[in-house]
Amino acid sequence: MMRPGFADPVFQAQASFRAVLEAMSRPGRVQLLDLPLTPPAGLDPAMAAVLLTLADADTSLHLPAGAEDAAEWTRFHCGSPSAAVSEADFVLALDAVPVLSTLRQGTDEAPEQAATLICQVALLEEDRGWRLTGPGISGSHHLRVAGLPADFLQQWAAQRQAFPCGVDVILCAGHRIAALPRSVRIEEA
Amino acid sequence: MTHDPGYNFAYLDEGTKRMVRRAVLKAVSVPGHQVPFGAREMPLPYGWGTGGIQVTASILGPQDTLKVIDQGADDTTNAVSIRRFFSRVAGVRTTTRTRDATVIQTRHRIPEMPLREGQVLVYQVPMPEPLFRLEPRLSETRRMHALADYGLMHVKLYEDIARHGHVSTAYNYPVMVANRYLMSPSPIPAFDNPKMDNMPALQLFGAGREKKIYAVPPYTRVRSLDFEDHPFRPHRADAACAFCGARDSYLDEVVCDDRGGRMFICSDTDHCETRQEAAR
Repeated sequence: MMRPGFADPVFQAQASFRAVLEAMSRPGRVQLLDLPLTPPAGLDPAMAAVLLTLADADTSLHLPAGAEDAAEWTRFHCGSPSAAVSEADFVLALDAVPVLSTLRQGTDEAPEQAATLICQVALLEEDRGWRLTGPGISGSHHLRVAGLPADFLQQWAAQRQAFPCGVDVILCAGHRIAALPRSVRIEEA
Repeated sequence: MTHDPGYNFAYLDEGTKRMVRRAVLKAVSVPGHQVPFGAREMPLPYGWGTGGIQVTASILGPQDTLKVIDQGADDTTNAVSIRRFFSRVAGVRTTTRTRDATVIQTRHRIPEMPLREGQVLVYQVPMPEPLFRLEPRLSETRRMHALADYGLMHVKLYEDIARHGHVSTAYNYPVMVANRYLMSPSPIPAFDNPKMDNMPALQLFGAGREKKIYAVPPYTRVRSLDFEDHPFRPHRADAACAFCGARDSYLDEVVCDDRGGRMFICSDTDHCETRQEAAR
């Protein structure tokens, strides 16, 4: 049976958006997204909330193969047309994370057309691991993430060279989210 | 308080909010870059803050406390109307106290009191393109932003100095955001420009008629354009506020009679009242 989306679409979407906005404007700070949401197996509540908040019929979405329950739920509630990894506005990553450069990068004149990668990870903590600097950060923030490809930092450094083009990443783990806007610099702490 | 049941919460429909929210997120991730969005018709004319209202409506929640200022004042037509609009369609708490507000919508000023984390400043922007007086074609200015080619603006400032001995821009003074994008700070006085630099609060800009949204994330470098031998100097009337005596706030000049009488008062009414209360 299809599981429900937001019980209160207006206020829960607003609360989720403010958490995402806070995460995006303060990269590395972990936000708690504690909504009573019961998404299908394979989809964390935070990820489900981000999808319900941002994706709709106006945005294209790439869902990974497999994870049929999650895909069906997302298609039903968001109604987003599906697209290839290289075309989609939002790219969902559940287990395997696609290489950043395979996503839509935007152009120098229209960097806002770049894709947003919404990524489900195993662990998200404000702890030693990465050291983040850049807009939104006073001094530096620390973030520990488990579940990203081993060469993620190399991919990120490569994409930083092309700024303002590049992919923005929203990381979700359980009820927690953090974001990596393309403007942020990341290094091992 | 509850909102008028005849409207969706905060007036806009949910699809429009999602569209504005996506634009806001992209604006935050590329600080200073103007992101186009599908501005809607609002129940007030373009030029009265339709862009700011749409941004505010898209971020506002029932737990927020809203403050609206127009040229620093809480009690002018535009500020009162927009505050009443949101207390009707969103039922949110409103305040005139800068310190109590979580969302501050502003037309042409930044409050004197330093803003903190947890606050969002929403600017109403009439013309988001800083280069529009120098290059009227948007296709060209887009390319200039893409190439970070801002020589034209430096030449303009240089010509000001050659002609007047100083930069003749007192408001809407262009800034560089995070060393990449030239940005219009909206017509705030140049006096307010330094407050944008490294501000702990998030700054969002909405231009309704021009259909653009842009942003400055917290703790982001915002530098007013200048030259080494002609550093940026914010201007302030050389007087004290007639009501509170402040010598460090931005002042409005008020003509009192037809015999040349005038006085200077704080443009930020909350700042002025707080100081008067403290003095009593």
